[in-house]
Amino acid sequence: MTTVPLTTKKDWSSDQEVRWCPGCGDYSILTAVQMMMPELDVRREDTVFVSGIGCAARFPYYMNTYGMHSIHGRSPAIATGLAITRPDLDVWVVGGDGDMLSIGGNHLIHALRRNIDMTILLFNNQIYGLTKGQYSPTSEQGKVTKSTPMGSIDHPFNPISLALGAEATFVARTHDMDRGHMQEMFRRAHEHKGSAIVEVYQNCNVFNDGAFDALTKRDARDAMLINLEHGKPVRFGVDNERGVVIDNDGAKIVEVADVGEDALYVHDESASTTGQAFALSRLASDRQSPTPVGIFRAVQRSEYGEAVSGQLAMANETKGPGDLNALLHSLPTWEVS
Amino acid sequence: MTNTADRSDVREVERIIIRFAGDSGDGMQLTGDRFTSASALFGNDLATLPEFPAEIRAPAGTLAGVSAFQVHISDHDITTPGDAPNVLVAMNPAALKADLPKVEPGGTVIVNTDAFEERNLAKAGYETNPIEDGSLDGYTMITSPMTSLTKEVCKDLGVKPRDAERSKNFFALGLVSWLYSRPEEPTMLWIEEKFGDKELVVAANKAAYKAGHAFGETAELSASRLAVRPAKLEPGTYTNINGNTALSWGLVAGSQLAGLPIFLGSYPITPASDILHELAKHKNFGVRTFQAEDEIAAVGSALGAAYGGHIGITTTSGPGIALKGETLGLAVSLELPLVVIDIQRGGPSTGLPTKTEAADLMMAMYGRHGEAPMPIVAASSPSDCFDTAIEAIRLAIRYRTPVMLLSDGYLANGTEPWCLPDVSSLKDIPVEFASRTNHTNADGEDVFMPYVRNDDMARPWAVPGTDGLMHRIGGIEKEDGTGNISYDPENHGFMVELRDERIRKIAESIPPLEISGDPDADILVVGWGSTWGSIAAATGRLNRAGTPVAQIHLRHLHPFAPNLGEILARYKHVLVPEMNLGQLSRLLRAEFLVDAKSISKVTGQPFTAAEMVNNIMEAAR
Repeated sequence: MTTVPLTTKKDWSSDQEVRWCPGCGDYSILTAVQMMMPELDVRREDTVFVSGIGCAARFPYYMNTYGMHSIHGRSPAIATGLAITRPDLDVWVVGGDGDMLSIGGNHLIHALRRNIDMTILLFNNQIYGLTKGQYSPTSEQGKVTKSTPMGSIDHPFNPISLALGAEATFVARTHDMDRGHMQEMFRRAHEHKGSAIVEVYQNCNVFNDGAFDALTKRDARDAMLINLEHGKPVRFGVDNERGVVIDNDGAKIVEVADVGEDALYVHDESASTTGQAFALSRLASDRQSPTPVGIFRAVQRSEYGEAVSGQLAMANETKGPGDLNALLHSLPTWEVS
Repeated sequence: MTNTADRSDVREVERIIIRFAGDSGDGMQLTGDRFTSASALFGNDLATLPEFPAEIRAPAGTLAGVSAFQVHISDHDITTPGDAPNVLVAMNPAALKADLPKVEPGGTVIVNTDAFEERNLAKAGYETNPIEDGSLDGYTMITSPMTSLTKEVCKDLGVKPRDAERSKNFFALGLVSWLYSRPEEPTMLWIEEKFGDKELVVAANKAAYKAGHAFGETAELSASRLAVRPAKLEPGTYTNINGNTALSWGLVAGSQLAGLPIFLGSYPITPASDILHELAKHKNFGVRTFQAEDEIAAVGSALGAAYGGHIGITTTSGPGIALKGETLGLAVSLELPLVVIDIQRGGPSTGLPTKTEAADLMMAMYGRHGEAPMPIVAASSPSDCFDTAIEAIRLAIRYRTPVMLLSDGYLANGTEPWCLPDVSSLKDIPVEFASRTNHTNADGEDVFMPYVRNDDMARPWAVPGTDGLMHRIGGIEKEDGTGNISYDPENHGFMVELRDERIRKIAESIPPLEISGDPDADILVVGWGSTWGSIAAATGRLNRAGTPVAQIHLRHLHPFAPNLGEILARYKHVLVPEMNLGQLSRLLRAEFLVDAKSISKVTGQPFTAAEMVNNIMEAAR
């Protein structure tokens, strides 16, 4: 067993100059990750960051780990092959909303349903940054961009709802203005066995500046962010005066004084069904209403790569190790002398 | 067991071509396959051509629903499934209509008369019954009410008539086996193995087979009986193999020779899916198979596995290669080993999923954006798929590059006897993973540079988990050596040329081509892929008939074998038969400035030897 040496943020930072726009939310996410990695029980050598294309996808270049900057949308597929063959590695996937939800949406949902052991960080800035400002699959309807001068017509994805719909076993949301919260979410996602996805609300200060200000500014958070805590009634507000109830019509925001504390929904991240987590995810219908952050779901289910290895071990046990000569003679044969 | 081959009323012939044809639901592929296996075990040389519709169950009784299996059995070495069938087994009017034109003049036609009733005749477009209206005069007819006789013999077994009807293909097999002196035992054993737990099915199939056999004996068909002696093949142990199975085993062999496990990322597609099925059986060889959500994920996952140090493989057909193109470009840029297998079929688009074609050569060569060269190898016969698969793995690992392996629908499903190789004679494939730093920088610090090259111009394969070698790779242009992102114009020009050169350099490890046929001829036939069989048969016939013809067959299509240009320059006529509109001939013209003439066939069917003879004569005129 290799022991994990003590490291600092510097050890996890590569020698490459970071080339995001000054003021980009990606910087704070990178810092959060680089500062957190020394606290995890992993070696740099065993850590791999895989990304697709987009601003967020430059992330691997800045980590002093193994890394692959691949092609648009395909990082979950590439990471799948790596994670299945190398269960000893710690595989991270980083990408933006265009990369993972538009061109790569198919790979994302299939990675999630298969529950492949990887930690997925979805930087959601609700815009295409690297192609200079077109609307994305998470942009709000009516968004005016270069490609939608009269406003976008598309109805957006809610990434948390999507992940829950794909029956992801770990689903969380955080934002780029709160390093502590980000690190807590990333740490929990990393500890999770199977596919873990963390949506990070991330500010693109060039093409979609302030998209999340109404939620994530320090003085707005108490009123606008609903912290999900396992086993606790869901409450928020400047004076913790508001809460969430879930009934047949879904999740609703209520005044605690009106319904009484006992009526509030007590969050259960390990619930076996996705119904309540899904109801919570629908609260974030726009960026002006109170929005849940934290862990929506964290359940255990058979991890894909482990199951694959299990079948290999079973085949080895029942049939014995492969014998090439026997394989070539496995169909009917005849002798010519 | 009755050894029917010894009967004195049997006439011996050198070879027979039999075509089994019926409705998709009639079990003709199975019948043909059983006849083939019995012939293989008997010791004949053989070649097969299964042909079936793309629909699983096309409308019953129609021409579109005809499924056929042609087998050529011989007492000497043969390389094709034959030209015109000597014998056609037609299980219904549609099969007769579709395949009678293929039969040799005066050939034998065996029909299931029960199926020749009004509705079926109408569906096949017959206004009158061809069995009765004289349109089959000139053929040797063998008529048998196969369906009713099968039902009759199954009645006593307690098999329901509906179920009994499904055994009629075994009646046909029994009859044909009697006519052509095939041993009975292998088929009986096979029925027991295949349907072991279903007693009634075993009994019905055996009874139907024996009834067919008995029908031959009692219906005074002796005049039609023929036998083909075992072929004098090279001594050894033989098995009857199709291309997809041989290819799968070749991949397993490559994995064993390299000492690295296989990861196959694949999405089901005809005619490549059987490789996924076959490899999925061999998990005890450390084979991981992954049925991906799409073609792109299939190649992506294989590339991810290759990055992790496994042998990454993806299998598909033409449409899948089109989808994988961008990832292949990434693999070219990353310089990682990857084996990409294209079992070609008729195109463009969905094209002819179950028919053969070899029109993906240009896509393999150029089907990626930018200058993105990758080596291409092609298999020439079902058993050659084994060796070609090993070669693809060797090239991928040694030169750290994606490699395209081209096979096609004909090789995939066609079979031939294969003299099994001595496993210990197969050469190991050396694998070298990077384990230490490879450069000292200006500060005197030992560092790892991912794009430093060895004598083969291959970069180190440094897999995640290796101490101290953390590095980043990607699809953005990089600086040679350090691998750092570089947009420098000079560097890009350098890298484009370097990637081209390092693939061309592979030619150094390709064995020189050997000329077969008559090397001193004026005519050289240059082939690649599955045309080998018909070219070899045709050049053999021409040389025997006094027209000298030389033949070379290319396994390596990029880069070419080092002596190809020199060989081409020696001949007055260079002919290039291909199942496309002349893709290799264009590559040869471009590369060597020779007047390579294309011989083209794009009908979804392989060349017959007779066609090839005519084409060669015509083109060399």
